[in-house]
Amino acid sequence: MSAATAPTMPKMPSSETLKQAGRVGSSPTPSQLLPDATLIRWLRDMMLIREFELRTMAAYQQAKIGGFCHIYIGQEATVVGTFAAVNHDDPVVTAYRDHGHALARGMTPEACMAEMYGKLHGCAKGKGGSMHMFDRPNHLYGGHGIVGAQTALGAGLAFAARYDWEVLNKAPGAPVLDGSGHPADRPRTPAGKKVCLCYLGDGALNQGCFHESLNLAGLFGLPVIYVVENNGYSMGTSIERGTTMAHNLVLKAAGYGIEGIEIDGLDLLSLYDKFKPYADRCRENQRPGFVDLKTYRYQGHSMSDPQKYRTKEEVQKYQERDSIDRLAAVLMSPKGEPAVGGHLGRGCLSEEQFKDMQREIKEEVRLAVEFAEQSPSPEAAEELYTDVYANPQPGLSSIRDYHHGVRNSLL
Amino acid sequence: MTTAPSIPTLPIIDSPIHPALTNVSLPSFVDEHELPSREGSRVIQFREALREAMSEEMRRDPRIFLMGEEVAQYNGAYKVSQGMLDEFGPQRIIDSPISENGFAGLGIGAAMYGLRPIIEFMSWSFSLVAADQILNNAPKMLYMSGGQWGCPIVFRGNNGAGGQLGSTHSWCVEALYSNVPGLKIAIPSCPYDAKGLLKTAIRDPDPVFFLESERMLGDKAHVPEEEYYIPFGRAALRREGSDCTIVSFGRPVNFCLEAAAELANEGISVDVLDMRTVRPLDSAAIVRSIQKTGRVVVVDQCWPFASVASEVITQVVEKCFDYLDHQPLRVNTDDVPTPYAKTLEQEYLPHKRKIIEAVRSAVGKA
Ligand SMILES: Cc1ncc(C[n+]2csc(CCOP(=O)(O)OP(=O)(O)O)c2C)c(N)n1
Ligand SMILES: [Mg+2]
Repeated sequence: MSAATAPTMPKMPSSETLKQAGRVGSSPTPSQLLPDATLIRWLRDMMLIREFELRTMAAYQQAKIGGFCHIYIGQEATVVGTFAAVNHDDPVVTAYRDHGHALARGMTPEACMAEMYGKLHGCAKGKGGSMHMFDRPNHLYGGHGIVGAQTALGAGLAFAARYDWEVLNKAPGAPVLDGSGHPADRPRTPAGKKVCLCYLGDGALNQGCFHESLNLAGLFGLPVIYVVENNGYSMGTSIERGTTMAHNLVLKAAGYGIEGIEIDGLDLLSLYDKFKPYADRCRENQRPGFVDLKTYRYQGHSMSDPQKYRTKEEVQKYQERDSIDRLAAVLMSPKGEPAVGGHLGRGCLSEEQFKDMQREIKEEVRLAVEFAEQSPSPEAAEELYTDVYANPQPGLSSIRDYHHGVRNSLL
Repeated sequence: MTTAPSIPTLPIIDSPIHPALTNVSLPSFVDEHELPSREGSRVIQFREALREAMSEEMRRDPRIFLMGEEVAQYNGAYKVSQGMLDEFGPQRIIDSPISENGFAGLGIGAAMYGLRPIIEFMSWSFSLVAADQILNNAPKMLYMSGGQWGCPIVFRGNNGAGGQLGSTHSWCVEALYSNVPGLKIAIPSCPYDAKGLLKTAIRDPDPVFFLESERMLGDKAHVPEEEYYIPFGRAALRREGSDCTIVSFGRPVNFCLEAAAELANEGISVDVLDMRTVRPLDSAAIVRSIQKTGRVVVVDQCWPFASVASEVITQVVEKCFDYLDHQPLRVNTDDVPTPYAKTLEQEYLPHKRKIIEAVRSAVGKA
């Protein structure tokens, strides 16, 4: 095998198939039924992530941010489109390339940036960093640094959500589950069917944990959708060099009794159109799902990647199909006229409004950086020994006692 | 330009339980002498005591479920969960495939969501393939999330040499795992403590590693029918004496008691301290005893290098050096992989003769 085979471009549907699928033709797709305002918000969400990441890179270069830092630029449509297809209280868990997930789930850019700055007002009080974004009010159960480890957590979140619906709904006097972000002393209302979104990189396909988790999910009927953010590379290893059946990953899921789908992750509207009914089915049937979501990262693996394994031309090729540009084109094209990718124009966003949005976002992120700059650093004397135990007791450490510190700003 | 951001002051948490874990009701703990009597006629096996603890808690709290290999239809590889499937049904007593890392992680995710999982490892030896989940995720979740999510989960199973199982199946994990902050480790030595400690483990909002022993599951003793909770971090003085302190935990406590009986015939009387939990460690009890005896022998079924015994002795030296009349001694398993042959395995354990010899030399009667 060659050292660095370029990943195959996601196949774009021809305008003929699009017509057959009804996108240009008569019956409307899920995204066509959505109000303009929703699509404008999606565009804004993607633009916010991109701007945020640009500022993240700048801050990293100024050594304001430390450690490993993985940039999400290029993959924005993935989180915005998949989150839009589920409810806000559906649990979400992901890997370390997680800034986009945090922002799209509703974390403030302040809390996200302050976390990377290692500040007290960060989402994890500066104890997690770039790779470990947690947001309880927004049901984001973490970014996780160990490749593949979150796939078992996703199975567990789905197990618990199903247990809540299936077992606790029938148990007299059952409490509200506290992990779901609700105040625990609230009287219980019956839990509905949920579906968990568990994101992973294509590199995680080769971890044992992933395979154990898919088997458990298939076996127990766990409502978790494994969304592979297949950007073609794990660090410098192209998917073909590290993963069998790279051209047909859904076969892996099939081996675990899970019916997977492939989705073009660079076109937000068609992504949503395909993912929405799929996620609804997983929720309704309380079954797992698997999505080979083909996407691309524009930046290096992390901030310290010379990118010797791919060509500039390859990156450019993907940038020409940029998800933000594409959605903007659809929103700005005259209503009803064929726009990009077989979508019809919406005519709901003027050049002027687009520029205003850009300005607003720039300012929002600038303020987030300022907030992160000004938030205090956690003091070792106060915060080093906090949040280690929920029930700290004497004798747990041989050096000093654990205690409780300041309350997380998100709680 | 918009105005500069305002930085709110964050309030200090003043509740005894971290707010990341609401809906936790810690049982009320009483002093040792107020616990129900250890004497009585309700003699049951160690495994039944464990089952009783789980069943009582499961009746009280529908969030608790038990998952592990062969726990349901097979009635437990070691019959600990016998009959529980009949009582609680397949949604709460769940047979898992042989995927330790997968189902340990499943339990952790479920605990974050708000359930109270009990995850059974057929043996702690097999927990090594789940090391990432149980060491990287469970104990660090509260910290990594800056206090947003804790992990109220119990991992339990057989620990230590089971009897000629060879080196892969005879792991003692307390030395390895007690190194990690964020988790608690309980290790009972008798049926009475097994019930009281497991009930506390299930109620505790932190991840608890509960170490049982295949060799003790058939041990019989009186176990009260009533509910009781043994607090973590409080050692039990299992025998009182004045010449030497023996510190131990788990199965070797029984070897210590045998040794103590023989030493008494030689006129040597010892305190036998059963630590019951190694993290937290009741070092105050150890210090109190040493202030009386001036001598200490630590008996530990792990390998000696960087073991719990090493930790105990370090703390003894730090906390009551001036009271020592003899250097602290330790009795561990021999420093080799666990052998198969009966003769070798017997010798390898921290057995009675090794303990007696160590105490004799501590009191200067070697
Ligand atoms: C268990 C483990 N092994 C290795 C690493 C180092 N590592 C971090 S990210 C990465 C590549 C993962 O690629 P992929 O899953 O495709 O995600 P992507 O970075 O493309 O989002 C590696 C090898 C790790 N974090 N965890
Ligand atoms: Mg990748």
